[in-house]
Amino acid sequence: MSAALIRLAGVGVSFAGQSVLQDVQLSVQPGEIVTLIGPNGAGKTTLVRAVLGLLTPTSGSVWRKPRLRIGYMPQKLHVDPTLPLSVLRFLRLVPGVKRAAAAAALAEVGAEQVIDSPLQSISGGELQRVLLARALLREPELLVLDEPVQGVDVAGQAELYRLITRLRDRHGCGVLMVSHDLHLVMSTTDQVVCLNRHVCCSGHPEQVSSDPAFVELFGQDAKSLAIYHHHHDHEHDLHGAVVSETAGGLSIQGPVQPHVHGDGCKHG
Amino acid sequence: MADFLLNALLAGLALALVAGPLGSFVVWRRMAYFGDTLSHAALLGVALGLMLDVSPTLAVTVGCVLLAVLLVTLQSRQPLASDTLLGILAHSTLSLGLVVLSFMHEVRIDLMGYLFGDLLAVGPGDLAWILGGSALVLVLLGLLWRPLLAITVHEELARVEGLPVAAIRLALMLLIAVVIAVAMKIVGVLLITSLLIIPAAAAQRHARTPEQMALGASLLGILAVCGGLSLSWFQDTPAGPSIVVSAASLFLLSFAWPRRSA
Repeated sequence: MSAALIRLAGVGVSFAGQSVLQDVQLSVQPGEIVTLIGPNGAGKTTLVRAVLGLLTPTSGSVWRKPRLRIGYMPQKLHVDPTLPLSVLRFLRLVPGVKRAAAAAALAEVGAEQVIDSPLQSISGGELQRVLLARALLREPELLVLDEPVQGVDVAGQAELYRLITRLRDRHGCGVLMVSHDLHLVMSTTDQVVCLNRHVCCSGHPEQVSSDPAFVELFGQDAKSLAIYHHHHDHEHDLHGAVVSETAGGLSIQGPVQPHVHGDGCKHG
Repeated sequence: MADFLLNALLAGLALALVAGPLGSFVVWRRMAYFGDTLSHAALLGVALGLMLDVSPTLAVTVGCVLLAVLLVTLQSRQPLASDTLLGILAHSTLSLGLVVLSFMHEVRIDLMGYLFGDLLAVGPGDLAWILGGSALVLVLLGLLWRPLLAITVHEELARVEGLPVAAIRLALMLLIAVVIAVAMKIVGVLLITSLLIIPAAAAQRHARTPEQMALGASLLGILAVCGGLSLSWFQDTPAGPSIVVSAASLFLLSFAWPRRSA
């Protein structure tokens, strides 16, 4: 535990008296991929913002390793169309970055062909890769990715998750990411934290997917989830099973954290 | 050349030079209405300056800076949208300025000069202030260039990367406030924003880097000042509005120029 990059203890966040997060424990170790999943409004982005120091929690504590270098990939990047900015120039907004370093980072994420294109003209998938390249240029110890596969087609999503795993292996950095996509996340992550205003359950992907709290949370949303993700019907997880909302094909492979509902918990 | 024309030209050129890069940020960050609000408030600054018997230029600078700070505070404290808030502040400060001025019967002031500028009446004292203020803003813009670009692209990303975003944003507002105080003598409170945004908007179509746009905007601004002053000299038109008209003509002309392919 002492080697952790970040450690959150009992973190709660309220906006205008409305509790958004309560009593969240979370830590990320070097070289570990931690994925936050949960329904819309579960507070995933709020938690990420607390980790990044963009908001101060109402209660609890956020500890970061001293002088922790964070590479952050925001959910959206909207640059005003009147700002003439090439991809290279965007990457060089990180202090001390030369063209060669920017080109190397783009090559690493497989987007070297867009280096001289205007930032506003590249596709959604290319933009995600460029954002990832910018995060890498910080030589991060911790990568924080807020819905990194947004706006990317299915094949591209799987590829992007594989890329993130490769980057973790090569740079040895910890990764904290937010995702909606249960299937793809399951196969590329070390730890899943299932969030719905509090940590419903957390642990290894196989553990979590068979946790009653997980089933309860996503079982309730299963219909919309199934419709939303129906394009994955032909896909299988690492074990060859289709991950279903009842998670019937998966077994518990370790101790599961007990799930306790807090006062503000609306589900179940 | 007559002295007053030389003074006017130097003052106009200094303003055009600094308005290019600053105006580019106003366009990129969609702060045109913010600039308008500050400049409307400048008239209140003038009125208070006359009332308290301090230099109007100083009063306007201080007034604009205070308003910028007030605005930032209000934006974070209450739910009204920014443009609503700006509209309230712009028109109430302008009206308050006019009302305060009407109480001062003993002071004879040229209201039109403050509203639309009085470039040809720029004296050596005004000129020194305009040149000094412009130079200061240019230097600070140069120093803050990269951080300003970084927060314009993505504020939270910049903050995670360790930039003091709130301080940089405030610095930009203060720079705009200083330029408005500088520009008031030249084009007047009602026309100041046009000198910030029209040259930048005209340069935008043909620029491929932020620096090209800023420099292009400065050059177009200089052309607009020369054109406007010539018009005023030969046709006896009011100088401030003439400069704005020639800037607007350049903007229209920028559409005739074929756009460079990216």
